[in-house]
Amino acid sequence: MEERLNALKEEVLAKIKEASNSKALNDVRVAYLGRKGPITDLLKGMGKLPAEERPKMGALVNVIRESVTEVLEERMAKLEEEAINAQLEKESIDVTLPGRPVQTGNHHPLTRVVEEIEDFFISMGYAVSEGPEVEKDYYNFEALNLPKGHPARDMQDSFYITEDVLLRTHTSPVQARTMEAKKGQPIQIICPGKVYRRDSDDATHSHQFTQIEGLVVGENIRMSDLKGTLSLFAKKMFGEEREIRLRPSFFPFTEPSVEMDISCFKCGGDGCNVCKKTGWIEILGAGMVHPNVLEMAGYDSTVMSGFAFGMGPERIAMLKYGIEDIRHFYTNDVRFITQFHEANA
Amino acid sequence: MLVSTKWLKDYVKIDGIPVNELAERITRSGIEVDGIIDRSHGMTNVVVGHVLECVKHPEADKLNICQVDVGEETTQIICGAANIAAGQKVIVARPGAVLPGNFKIKKAKLRGEESNGMICSLQELAIDGKLVPKAYAEGIYVLPEDAVVGSNALELMGLDDSVLEFDLTPNRSDALSMLGVAYEVAAILDQEIEQPTATYTASTKKAEDVLKLRVEAKEENPMYVAKVIENVKIQESPLWLQNRLMAAGIRPHNNVVDVTNYVLLEYGQPLHAFDYNRLETGEIVVRLANEGEKITTLDETERTLKANHLVITNGVEPVAVAGVMGGANSEVHDGTTTIVLESAYFTGASVRQTSKDLGLGSDASTRFEKGVDPNRVVPAIERAAALIAELAEGEVLEGSVMVDELDKTPVRITISPDYINSRLGMKISLEEMLSILHRLKVDVEAVNGQLVIDAPTRRQDIRIKEDVIEEIARMYGYDHIPMTLPVTESKPGGLTPYQQQRRTVKAFLEGAGLYETLTYSLTSEKSSQKYALETAPVTKLLMPISEERSVLRQSILPHLLEATTYNVARRNDSVALYEVSSVFLDEESDGLPKEVAHVAAVVTGKWVDHAWQGETKKVDFFVMKGIIEGLMEKLGLTTGVTFEKATLDGMHPGRTANIFVGDKRVGFVGQLHPTVQNERDLKETYVFEMNLDQILAVQLEKLIYTPVPRFPAISRDIALVVASETSAHTLEKVIRRAGGKLLTSVKLFDLYEGDNVEEGKKSIAFSLTYQDPARTLTDEEVVKAHDKVLAALTSEAGALLRG
Repeated sequence: MEERLNALKEEVLAKIKEASNSKALNDVRVAYLGRKGPITDLLKGMGKLPAEERPKMGALVNVIRESVTEVLEERMAKLEEEAINAQLEKESIDVTLPGRPVQTGNHHPLTRVVEEIEDFFISMGYAVSEGPEVEKDYYNFEALNLPKGHPARDMQDSFYITEDVLLRTHTSPVQARTMEAKKGQPIQIICPGKVYRRDSDDATHSHQFTQIEGLVVGENIRMSDLKGTLSLFAKKMFGEEREIRLRPSFFPFTEPSVEMDISCFKCGGDGCNVCKKTGWIEILGAGMVHPNVLEMAGYDSTVMSGFAFGMGPERIAMLKYGIEDIRHFYTNDVRFITQFHEANA
Repeated sequence: MLVSTKWLKDYVKIDGIPVNELAERITRSGIEVDGIIDRSHGMTNVVVGHVLECVKHPEADKLNICQVDVGEETTQIICGAANIAAGQKVIVARPGAVLPGNFKIKKAKLRGEESNGMICSLQELAIDGKLVPKAYAEGIYVLPEDAVVGSNALELMGLDDSVLEFDLTPNRSDALSMLGVAYEVAAILDQEIEQPTATYTASTKKAEDVLKLRVEAKEENPMYVAKVIENVKIQESPLWLQNRLMAAGIRPHNNVVDVTNYVLLEYGQPLHAFDYNRLETGEIVVRLANEGEKITTLDETERTLKANHLVITNGVEPVAVAGVMGGANSEVHDGTTTIVLESAYFTGASVRQTSKDLGLGSDASTRFEKGVDPNRVVPAIERAAALIAELAEGEVLEGSVMVDELDKTPVRITISPDYINSRLGMKISLEEMLSILHRLKVDVEAVNGQLVIDAPTRRQDIRIKEDVIEEIARMYGYDHIPMTLPVTESKPGGLTPYQQQRRTVKAFLEGAGLYETLTYSLTSEKSSQKYALETAPVTKLLMPISEERSVLRQSILPHLLEATTYNVARRNDSVALYEVSSVFLDEESDGLPKEVAHVAAVVTGKWVDHAWQGETKKVDFFVMKGIIEGLMEKLGLTTGVTFEKATLDGMHPGRTANIFVGDKRVGFVGQLHPTVQNERDLKETYVFEMNLDQILAVQLEKLIYTPVPRFPAISRDIALVVASETSAHTLEKVIRRAGGKLLTSVKLFDLYEGDNVEEGKKSIAFSLTYQDPARTLTDEEVVKAHDKVLAALTSEAGALLRG
């Protein structure tokens, strides 16, 4: 019995060694360790043994069964590992091949600049006001201290529809409309939008362009408030190190009027081709709201005051991204537009 | 305005201040200096020469061999100018000289003859040909006889000068004169002003004895002053005067005309000189023109006048267009002996209208339009009279002929220092404010702590308190204004729901692969209504620049298609663009057209481009439809959006659908008509255009979550054969109605036409999901519901069940 057992053990171990894949090994398990296998048969035949030998033989059978099972499982694990390795080898890919593209578009560069400006002023508590692109002469000029025949109207050659209606030449009429609607209440708005001037299109002129203007009206709004606001804006838009300077200028709807320069973001003020060697770049026009404009909209200009500013997103985009021709914005060449894909540049 | 710094020194001390520093200080305090012109252009070695001898070159017809005394020596120079002659004093560039344009002068041989330098024209010294006196415009410049041989010709010609180019804002017309500039510079530098002088000995003869004056249009011409000067000798002006005019951009003519221009530049007061004898009547009458009346102006152009144009007449016919240009009939000429000098105040509105109507502007009209100083009308004419007496040896008759109803009182402004400081956010002292106003030569007194100011009439831009605030702030320096933030009642800012939704639309479309474009609102009449969702009268420009941009558009697609063609023509075959912009419908409301925001898109070429894994797909109808469905869903319009086949101009009749939200048509989607594609050089191209305002106006229900179902769903598939023209939408409607409440989803998953399906029929398959949120459905319930669906499909849609 003991000999038979040992012979059987040797036989099983040899079969285990022979098995070259998990299926063959499983067959071995079934053949020798299964319910119909020789080891089970041996255990079944135990009843025929004398009672005193039974425990000894039972223990021996169990030892052999356990040791064979152990070897078999080891072998099984090894074969499975080899099989997985072989599969992994087969499934290996060239990870440098191009991925499946996720096609997304992007904002037009002007929308990008406008939204950046909007978001800054929204964070400062401003609302965004919009108005019609076809405007009444009254809101576009008269309500802004530009009566008919005013010499400054020559500055803005306009597209008229009728004697009293025109394509707005700036977004300032939105300010005039807002003031009229607010009936003396404080205001904090910015007004983005399309505007039109009777220009022939060339590298620096476009008959259609965009503008974004701001207006703050309240009790005791000071010129220092304008300067502080614009300084924060310049830093946000063009970098923390930017400094601003105000130069006297003239707009019919503000008094005093200023133009704002920022220290050159390319050379930091040393002088380069972007700032034309001056160290400064002109960015926007601004001023304290002219008392006539306030009064015309129903504000008491001795109590209420305000500031306004306006800028051209085209100019800002041209400076920021180094664009040399304003017509690029309206040609819509995809080789141009797709360059503004990156989210944070 | 061109400001010669050499000339400016007559009135204010600027020696010792580098010109760029001066320019910077002027710019920072109020007038932008656009550029600085160095009139010497770095030239050297340019001297006065005396042509001793001048003979024809034996080998060349047009060349002359000149022996020129240049001070150090007498040297031979070949000259090709036609007006060269022996005895002339000329400008000589010596060998070694460098003329503008890096033109180096060297010794040379011309047709065998030695030439040691060049005799110069003014153009060769970088003076604009338009400014060179006519006599020398085609040849060399001839200097006055008293020019000192060998001396520096640049100095003699006033070219050792820097000219400031002012970019004046419309309010600063005071700086359209050298004196005005002097006031500004004096204020910046805290200096006094040297006023020009006007002294002459008047004749005993009285002006009023020879000239009569009548002003009939006193509203347009409240002040007119005339002087008469006899025995003038018309000749070239002295060099200093010619030089100053050229530096300021005005061509010298003769001494009388030059003096009027000089005083215009000096005082900002336009003057005009008439030939007294040519006036014929000894009378000046200022009146409005007769409608259609004609005058030939100094530029030899006949002008037809309107009844609101102001003219100077001799009592019979016009002799000048007031404030704009003189008439040829009364022009001063070489033989003139007696002149009438005019200095007047014509109102800005009158001159502007005339100048605009005639399309004729001049140095005079520019100044009148912006308003001249009422208090300079007389000083200017006196100054001119003195100069003409001196330079033309004229005899100024005693007195002036004058009409004067012009109000010359200054505007009085009373303002408190506190008000100024509160508007600026500063603390400038009263003394400091007074000091600034004194520097500006403004009459000011402090009365009970208030500033009482009489604004100088030369500064037409100082009228109200805020103008005074500006003067003080700009002179004090904007750099000294502190930085603060407005203190206002805090109210949240932010976007309106509409503005937020519009950003959502853009973000979605870009996420879907479309690039944003911006195209022009103006278009041609022809394409203004192409692809319009609704048409209304077109908004037209009164004076378009071109037909291409003459009306406002009623749809975005035409320009978007233009952009697509542009890109395809540049080998960008796959283009996906969209735009959100307003269109304009001229439906009279309050006088303005209705502006409606539209969203439009164009896609052509490949939609999926992943070739190495065999995934490349051209765009098709369902790409565009999918984008629209996705967008609608994003906007919360999950139900009620339907597509109905449509036939639209310019669109493929079999591949176009109208889009409805509820029962409102909000737009369309489809393929361009193949003929349109061909016209535009496009391959298969799909487009949509929708009324964004209408879509965003749909009121949405508040978002409330639905519990995630806890009980299983049961799916059943159905395959049907139906007539080809039966739409998927029709079948879905039948299924949904019959399926009742338990049917939670219907999904089309297969469509087939062709082999094994009868001609005129198609095979179509749906996957239906049944579910009850409250319990597990039994088989019987599902079978019952599903049988109803099958029955309805058979009876209502004539469907045949397959398999």
